[in-house]
Amino acid sequence: MTLTLGHFLSLGAILFALSIIGIFLNRKNLIVLLMAIELMLLAVNMNFVAFSHFLGDIHGQVFVFFILTVAAAESAIGLAILVLLFRNRSSINVDELNTLKG
Amino acid sequence: MSQTLSASTLLAIPLAPLAGSILAGVWGTSFGGNRIGRRLSHSFTILGVLIAFVLSAITLKSVALDGARFNETLYTWMVVGGLKMEIGFLVDGLTAMMMCVVTFVSLMVHIYTIGYMEEDDGYNRFFSYISLFTFSMLMLVMSNNMLQLFFGWEAVGLVSYLLIGFWFNKPTAIFANMKAFLVNRVGDFGFILGIGLIAAYAGSFDYAEVFAKKQELGALVFPGTDWMLITVICICLFIGAMGKSAQFPLHVWLPDSMEGPTPISALIHAATMVTAGIFMVSRMSPLFELSDAALNFILVIGSITALFMGFLGIIQNDIKRVVAYSTLSQLGYMTVALGASAYSVAVFHLMTHAFFKALLFLGAGSVIMGMHHNQDIRWMGGVRKYMPITWITSLLGSLALIGTPLFSGFYSKENIIEAVHFSQLPAAGFAHFAVMAGVFVTAFYSFRMYFLVFHGKERYDQNPDAHEAQEEPDPHHHHDDHSKPHESPWVVTVPLVLLAIPSVVIGFMYIQPMLFGDFFKDVIFVDGSKHAAMAQLAQMFHGPVAMAVHALQTAPFWLALAGVALSYYMYIVNPALPAAIKRVFQPIYTLLENKYYMDWINENIIAAGTRLLGVVLWKGGDQGLIDGAIVNGSWKLVARISAAVRRVQSGFLYHYALFMILGVFALMTYFVWLNK
Repeated sequence: MTLTLGHFLSLGAILFALSIIGIFLNRKNLIVLLMAIELMLLAVNMNFVAFSHFLGDIHGQVFVFFILTVAAAESAIGLAILVLLFRNRSSINVDELNTLKG
Repeated sequence: MSQTLSASTLLAIPLAPLAGSILAGVWGTSFGGNRIGRRLSHSFTILGVLIAFVLSAITLKSVALDGARFNETLYTWMVVGGLKMEIGFLVDGLTAMMMCVVTFVSLMVHIYTIGYMEEDDGYNRFFSYISLFTFSMLMLVMSNNMLQLFFGWEAVGLVSYLLIGFWFNKPTAIFANMKAFLVNRVGDFGFILGIGLIAAYAGSFDYAEVFAKKQELGALVFPGTDWMLITVICICLFIGAMGKSAQFPLHVWLPDSMEGPTPISALIHAATMVTAGIFMVSRMSPLFELSDAALNFILVIGSITALFMGFLGIIQNDIKRVVAYSTLSQLGYMTVALGASAYSVAVFHLMTHAFFKALLFLGAGSVIMGMHHNQDIRWMGGVRKYMPITWITSLLGSLALIGTPLFSGFYSKENIIEAVHFSQLPAAGFAHFAVMAGVFVTAFYSFRMYFLVFHGKERYDQNPDAHEAQEEPDPHHHHDDHSKPHESPWVVTVPLVLLAIPSVVIGFMYIQPMLFGDFFKDVIFVDGSKHAAMAQLAQMFHGPVAMAVHALQTAPFWLALAGVALSYYMYIVNPALPAAIKRVFQPIYTLLENKYYMDWINENIIAAGTRLLGVVLWKGGDQGLIDGAIVNGSWKLVARISAAVRRVQSGFLYHYALFMILGVFALMTYFVWLNK
């Protein structure tokens, strides 16, 4: 059995779906939410790499590096916000974070 | 057209009284800290009116003798589309005559006021108002366009309102000035509709431009109907005149306006302002000539006013109200003359009436002062011994009013009757009867008042409610001496004498140029082929003396004489008779007492109906529809929708993410399906 583009795209879709479910089902921990977002980016990266490989275009892999870099910076900022949030509210429970309510 | 008048002189005529009014009104009252005393106040305002009178007299001289004319725009206020709104003066025979009458009577009233208002707190305010009135009236008569005419029209209405309610602590005065204001609004509404129609179809406010287009206007038909446009315009304009000149059924405000001080009754509600309607119709004569329907309407309204308001004068007991009803009746005469296309006769009567009616009112005021502010003629009598100047001048005024040959009123009134007689309009028959009967009625009520006041037994100490009957509040000064009347000071009697002179002679002197000469030649237009009354009058006329002699053989003279004789019999020879007649004709007396129930109808049907409509619109329309449905309804709707939408805004991150995903999913589905 050879691995086709379809397999890689399915893997990406499965990762993406897992991350979405992670966002929805998680009611306790904000860190898990950040991890789910990272996973979502990785699913996108998987698609990029797969297309790059099968279409013979190196640009897709260049994009992956950019995305990884940005994702790393984003996680750093997200974790920093999380630390501040914990200092202020002594909790990172997602169910209590509803101050966006209008 | 030989000589032109200077614009700056003409400008000075209305502005001089305005300056006086501002000085007295701003610095003479508590507005400007009472910096000007009474003496300065009346000096400034009298000086202003004197300047206006002298310049008007000079203007009249150059208009009448040198044929000078002036028609220029001095200032353009604004231009909307092609419609120019301007301030300008038109000076011709009619304007110059009106200017002189207004300023002369105003000057007399200013001087008279020094004596009459001596004890009043609002002395400076009063002078300010009457000077402001002079300014407004001059702007009205000097205007060369309808917009400025309307400005003057409203301004005199405002001053009239202010002066009727001059004693603002008196509830009846406040009621009367509100009534005058509201009734005048009805007329003004018609007037502004007429001006609007002219502006819409002639495209101009300027008299000369509008009159140049009269043939085109005369050919048009009011859209959506088969009425002549010109008839609609003329009747609208005449409704304005009905309000201002107090014609039936808009006459109700004039008797009540007697709540104001007597000098303004003389100036505004007899001599000048109420004649603005007559002036306006004469000015618009080229338009009115085109519509026989409007002229018939004018004839009917005028004759109803002339006759039926005269009847009311018979039963009034308040000296000022008798004169007020007489004014109404005389205004009816002028209106009848307008309807008979005898515009120059109407204006002539306007002029003579201005003098003798101002005289009668000022005489009545003098009597009121002499009688310690008692106005009820039942409690007067025998005053002639104590107030000789007032007596003589009032007698002359009354004689002029009833049309005694050689007096001014004779020439104008006789010509009105003859003009109506010659008029070919369908309504002329009724009008002729009304003015003939009016002569008798006028003579009767005028001399009833005259005999009751100046002759007969002295009854002024029999007034049962002398203190309650005081019409004019007089808190600061109480005459202790209630026993005898006294002659008024010279500031009161001099104007009486000065007014008595023109009341007697002016008709004799000026009938020839004003009615049959060319004084009004280029002002008043009469369509001789259709309305030949004036031409026939001219044929009949052989000089003022011949006319007076001829009058001895005509019915009006004998009717007037009969009126005087009857009043002499009823009030001097047999004073018990009126009461007996009153008992016999109780229903008629009640009808007259209630002024044909016009006030009742106005208050209980028109005013109450309007209020009811107002309440319905207020509760239903304003509070229900606008406030309830539109204003409050819209916020309630928004609140309800947003309350529903707010549920979505949970504040939880994963809810927002879910909606984002769902949205992306929906969009993707849509595009996938779309691309198929």
